[in-house]
Amino acid sequence: MADKTMVKGNEAMAEAAIRAGCRLYFGYPITPQSEFTEYMAKRLPEVGGSFLQSESEVSAVNMVYGAACTGRRVLTSTSGPGFSLMQEGMSYIAGAELPSVFVNVVRGGPGLGDIQPAQSDYFQATKGGGHGDYHAVVLAPGTIQEAVELVHDAFDIADKYRTPVIILADGMLGQMMEPVVFGEFRNLESLSDHLSWSLTGAKNREPHKVTSFNIDPYELEKMNMRYQEKYKKIIANEILYETSNMEDADFALVGFGTMGRILGSVIRRAREEGIKVGLFRPVTLWPFPYDALREAVADKKFVLDVEMSTGQMIEDVRLAVGDSLPVHFYGRTGGVVPNPDEVLRVLKERIEEVK
Amino acid sequence: MREHVLVASGFGGQGIMLLGQILATAAMVDNKFSTWLPSYGPEMRGGTANCTVVISDEHIGSPVTDSPREAIVMNIPSLLKFEERIQPGGLLVINSSVVDREPERKDIEIVKVDANKIAERLGNIRAANMVILGAYLAKTGAVSEQSVEKALKMKFGGKKDSIVDLNMKALRAGAEAIKN
Repeated sequence: MADKTMVKGNEAMAEAAIRAGCRLYFGYPITPQSEFTEYMAKRLPEVGGSFLQSESEVSAVNMVYGAACTGRRVLTSTSGPGFSLMQEGMSYIAGAELPSVFVNVVRGGPGLGDIQPAQSDYFQATKGGGHGDYHAVVLAPGTIQEAVELVHDAFDIADKYRTPVIILADGMLGQMMEPVVFGEFRNLESLSDHLSWSLTGAKNREPHKVTSFNIDPYELEKMNMRYQEKYKKIIANEILYETSNMEDADFALVGFGTMGRILGSVIRRAREEGIKVGLFRPVTLWPFPYDALREAVADKKFVLDVEMSTGQMIEDVRLAVGDSLPVHFYGRTGGVVPNPDEVLRVLKERIEEVK
Repeated sequence: MREHVLVASGFGGQGIMLLGQILATAAMVDNKFSTWLPSYGPEMRGGTANCTVVISDEHIGSPVTDSPREAIVMNIPSLLKFEERIQPGGLLVINSSVVDREPERKDIEIVKVDANKIAERLGNIRAANMVILGAYLAKTGAVSEQSVEKALKMKFGGKKDSIVDLNMKALRAGAEAIKN
């Protein structure tokens, strides 16, 4: 078996990006993500890559835009306030159909908020954030090992569909340490060359044009319909989720990322007390696993959705479940992480209501 | 399932974060699951810092807890914050060099270690964190001594062996100190 390393989430994701073939990083430090930037500053020159700390996140995202035009693997990482500044650029990148990976190590908001873990950027990540009819693929890791694997996958998805991909992490995942097994280094020669569209110098060939712009509404509509066709393929092929203890469960917990992982402890304790409860954990937040969730909870008495926010994914959970069974919510916000004791207490309260 | 859920807490500079990292890394060496979660935030110099370490034979759900089974407290603010949260039947390890106050709980096991004095005697007060870790390990057996040594070598790899030696001496002295 490959060697395990004890590593901080931010640094693990950064190393995973390098192993996935990322040699270009543009970013600006912000807690609780800063170790990501710091790690890239140290590590990228060692592997022949380029690290550039920009003067702001607005600048960083446009550097990503430019770099992505060359078809090379590029990544930026940030946290809430910085991610907000990047939204205009992300919309341009989605419109120009450029592969790129964004990591948002979410902290408490809105505004300056605080630096503690949160999931309150769910709407921003999954419902646009920037302007226009676009989506970015959103992946939500629950553990550092999963984060490492999803960073790897994110670049492949970005390349395959020419789309921005967001890793939606949080301050806890970024700051904590746990043992990780890293994947092998990708051979850079084996990666997509993107030579059919990328900007690599037009000597001896027809020039390429990369743009999100078209002044003719009928032509822009065609571009939009092309994006939509791509999104349909992503929905058909890329949905990821995890279930545990669902087969015999009377009740279903739903949570993503760090919260999904904490719910694992809640389920273990509840089962020790004879409460039959299971977990549904979406891993892709866009595309959201509507059908899988609906089927997984169809025979349950209720769903309890738990988030580190005042309730954002709950809207997608309700869309999936409809009126077929009650959907309850519990959340803490502003950087407060619900602990297993309090979630178990809430679960028992909801069960009492059913009795 | 065997699971250790420890909160270690003390002044910034007492080596609390390192204590937790060494413990979690040693658990990895022992082929167990482990997590290390730091408190982080705008702390002032000399303020209180803490970390949570979970060690388990199974996949770890929550790396965060409101009610640890075990606590190591290196200063009085940490005692005030965490004593009441320890699960009944749990363990409280106190650095009695700094904490000159009696705990109130009667339903938990309490272990006192004169960690600063022991570390000073070994030549470096900064090893007090390893003294108290040694006491904790003597009580819980959460990880093996050999694994701690490997974890220290991973952490201090390339630096002088004397750092690892001093820390291991401190670890053993802490274990020795609570043998009655």
